[in-house]
Amino acid sequence: MKAKFLVPLLLFFGLVGFLAFGLTLDPREVPSPLIDKPAPQFSLARLDQPAQSFSLKEMQGQVWMLNVWASWCVACRQEHPLLVQMAKQKIVPVVGLNYKEVRGDGAINARGMALEAETAMAIERARRWLTDHGDPYVLSVLDIDGRVGIDFGVYGVPETFLIDQNGRIRYKHIGPITPEALKDVLIPKIEELRRAS
Amino acid sequence: MPADAPLARLRRAALTVAAAACCVLGAAASAATAPADPALAPTVAVNPALEADTMELAHKLRCLVCQNQSIAESNAPLALDLRDQVREQLAAGKSKDEVVDYLVERYGDFVLYEPPFKAVTVLLWLGPAALLFGGAAWLAFRLRRRREEVAAEQHLSDADRARARALLDGAAGAEQPESPESRS
Repeated sequence: MKAKFLVPLLLFFGLVGFLAFGLTLDPREVPSPLIDKPAPQFSLARLDQPAQSFSLKEMQGQVWMLNVWASWCVACRQEHPLLVQMAKQKIVPVVGLNYKEVRGDGAINARGMALEAETAMAIERARRWLTDHGDPYVLSVLDIDGRVGIDFGVYGVPETFLIDQNGRIRYKHIGPITPEALKDVLIPKIEELRRAS
Repeated sequence: MPADAPLARLRRAALTVAAAACCVLGAAASAATAPADPALAPTVAVNPALEADTMELAHKLRCLVCQNQSIAESNAPLALDLRDQVREQLAAGKSKDEVVDYLVERYGDFVLYEPPFKAVTVLLWLGPAALLFGGAAWLAFRLRRRREEVAAEQHLSDADRARARALLDGAAGAEQPESPESRS
């Protein structure tokens, strides 16, 4: 028991170890309980043809991604070129979930706005944004009030869900997709899911 | 936003004072004051009991955007949406547990300020108590051992006593120091 005086020091290093590990975790990344669960069903108007609706069934049988975006979302601008590039390389079909296009924009007071007017404004803004920045999506759908976003557990834009052939969510990427995340995580997962079928 | 929390509290306190002042002024000016802009006021249920239930539940649910505030306190758009959801579902007759389950299904246990007791949270729930009682047990053990050690040290055998006596007697004869005064 000669080294007894080292005990507090060792305890201290233990604590430092825990704290150092804590620094590598991001508290903003809340793990989704929806992983490996069936994606929530929805039926939303398409941005290109608002008279038509889109539902999960249409993507049945293929691995695809649902990317949550909005024209007011600054971080979406950051990931958008990568999505455009992915679309050119035909890596994976991506459906866009346009999230609260009008009422999500802090610059607009959408309270008391009629739903038709808000929808029309959302379509106009979203289309303009895709024309300006490029449209990487197979199609986009309009989640005007953010309800479908809540069903998917969206708490920030952008978020991206990887969905398998059977309509199960297999992975959620929070925040803008980076080239590293695409190369090291998303593409391997996509390939794995495709092999599994 | 941990840094903002005290600020928000301060702001809320200031708003309360301001609101009280407005009430007084409003009473004085009566019908002369213009009605509040409905576009700026947060949504509130007409039924006060429903609104109370909604807010009670909202205080137990964490806002995912500003993670140190409940959805009742936060003004993040998502917090407003979730509050509306809670209100709407309670109004539709769902129980509080059902509403909580609805949110947990989508956002996970993270939305709960009070984490549920399950395998992964055992350490969280029982850790502090285990630490407290473990520490107390350790302290009790140490104190008892200390007492035994002291008792053992105080206990002298007959041989020890005889040796001590001999040393004391010997020292008294041989090493009696002279007093400093006697030297001068």
